[in-house]
Amino acid sequence: MKKVIGLPETGEGTVLFNVDPIIIKQHYEIDYIHSYAQDSPFFAGLTKKKLLGSRCAGCGYTYATPRGHCMTCGAKTEWIELPLNGKVHTFTTCYFGGEEFLKETPFTLVLVEFDGVDTLFLSRLAGVEPAEVRIGLAVKARFLRNCKFRPTDIYFVPA
Amino acid sequence: MRPVYMLSGGITKFAKAHPEKDFRLMVKEAFDYAMADLPGLSREMIDGSVCSYFSDHFTRQLKAGAMVQDYLGLCPKPSKRIEGGGATGGLCLQSAWEAVASERMEVCVAMGFETMSRVNTWKGNEFIAQASDSNFDYPVGGFYTGYYAMMVQRHMFEFGTTVEQMARVAIKNHANALHNPYAQSPGKLTIEEVRSSPMVAAPLTKLDCCTMSDGAAVAILASEDFAERLCNRPVRITGVGCGSVSMRMADRPHGKVILLPHESEGDYRDLKYPGVHSFRGGRMAAGLAYKMAGISNPSNELDFIELHDAYTSSEIQTYEDLGLCRYGEGGSFVEAGAPFMRDLDYGLKFNPGHWKHVPVNPSGGLLACGHPVGATGLMQAVFAFWQLQGTIGKHLKTSALQVPDAKRGLIHSHAGTGTYITVTIMESAG
Repeated sequence: MKKVIGLPETGEGTVLFNVDPIIIKQHYEIDYIHSYAQDSPFFAGLTKKKLLGSRCAGCGYTYATPRGHCMTCGAKTEWIELPLNGKVHTFTTCYFGGEEFLKETPFTLVLVEFDGVDTLFLSRLAGVEPAEVRIGLAVKARFLRNCKFRPTDIYFVPA
Repeated sequence: MRPVYMLSGGITKFAKAHPEKDFRLMVKEAFDYAMADLPGLSREMIDGSVCSYFSDHFTRQLKAGAMVQDYLGLCPKPSKRIEGGGATGGLCLQSAWEAVASERMEVCVAMGFETMSRVNTWKGNEFIAQASDSNFDYPVGGFYTGYYAMMVQRHMFEFGTTVEQMARVAIKNHANALHNPYAQSPGKLTIEEVRSSPMVAAPLTKLDCCTMSDGAAVAILASEDFAERLCNRPVRITGVGCGSVSMRMADRPHGKVILLPHESEGDYRDLKYPGVHSFRGGRMAAGLAYKMAGISNPSNELDFIELHDAYTSSEIQTYEDLGLCRYGEGGSFVEAGAPFMRDLDYGLKFNPGHWKHVPVNPSGGLLACGHPVGATGLMQAVFAFWQLQGTIGKHLKTSALQVPDAKRGLIHSHAGTGTYITVTIMESAG
């Protein structure tokens, strides 16, 4: 008998959106092995209900969002514990967004300012109606009990 | 550095989706248009190219620039890819300018595209948000409209800017685009329509935001020698500038305003700058470009502007960065009608104002033309080129958007929350 050469057929097909031109669905997915590297102590701090920022050892500039080296003078920074009370510097409520966060809409984003700290911190504000949020609103930090090692392990509520 | 000229340009129609053309064919279409408009130029005379596209996620084809290069028949000439977020197109134009100014090339093609229709809008928003700090910004709810909304909330707080003033920007740009066949979403709007369209991120409604698009644009730059030989009405690039600012909005300083020649420190005694209300990189870029072009008072010395209005709010903020009015006056500037075309009907009444009239985004800008990121900054260059040549009527099939006697124009390209910004000054050489 003559040997038949051929690749095995499968039952899988293709999602087809259109034929002229041909438009098909292409799937794509990645898991990254992401290191927080020099930012790691910040995320470790959240597990202990601490909000860590940076202070420049050279010029004294303080950062509410940490960075390993000073943006102003270039010197290495040291870790500082930030107050857990601040004020809303600016805000928005998102009714639409990227796919990953669509299911969480509407949510309110705030940039929080802290007394004596030179820069701000981006976070979510909970427990207040969108129309009630104001610049200058006093807010305090809350922490998730089950940490996810993401910046959303901390969020703010009205003080 | 020697003088550099723009000799020709081409664009595809910007659209929500162009499924019948891939990125190579879109650029080819814009390239062929530019070549046909400059019959003296042969492909052999082209020394190389620069290709701009923003996101590998959208393209899902690494080294896409190399594929454009071979599709256009430009191999084995030099080429490279430029990427800088929303400013990708503006950076690409300036990179081509550098190639000619440095005498590395006589003729350089700047070509750009984006194919954003390959994912749904919410996935596209996610791709774009990945151009924000992936440790501290993106995971909090990364969404660019949200970032710009926070910036304009602060602008409103500092300066009293209103959502109705922002709506006027949408009305202007959509109405201008009624006369631009390349535009994606021309339309006659009212303030009520802008405000009642769906809220995206307060206070920005859907009509305060530009759309995602497919499209391509090409600009051909050359030396003076080639400009004289090949082109009846070349346009000289007389100033280039660019600037930057920290990626995270949270890190923006609260210091002193970078002053333009026509301003003084006394104008801004109590203003903490840039904060999150202004784009410091835009001011830096404008200052550098004005210096190179010898401009001391921009609104007196510019005939029109094409600027990066990804949001109505960012157009208002950019009037101020460019020094068309003082910081804080952007809302009143648009309310006074200063950036509107003189002869078009917008259905609006304007307040009296002391600002010099200078049309902004006669093309319709990003709000109405669309924003296929890698093409956008080059699209601005092409419209500015046609304005300065006086050939708007030829290319748009109507002269409604031709700024009469346009001698000098400015184009402005802007990346996410102002992280990279370019300003380029173009002048008719005739």
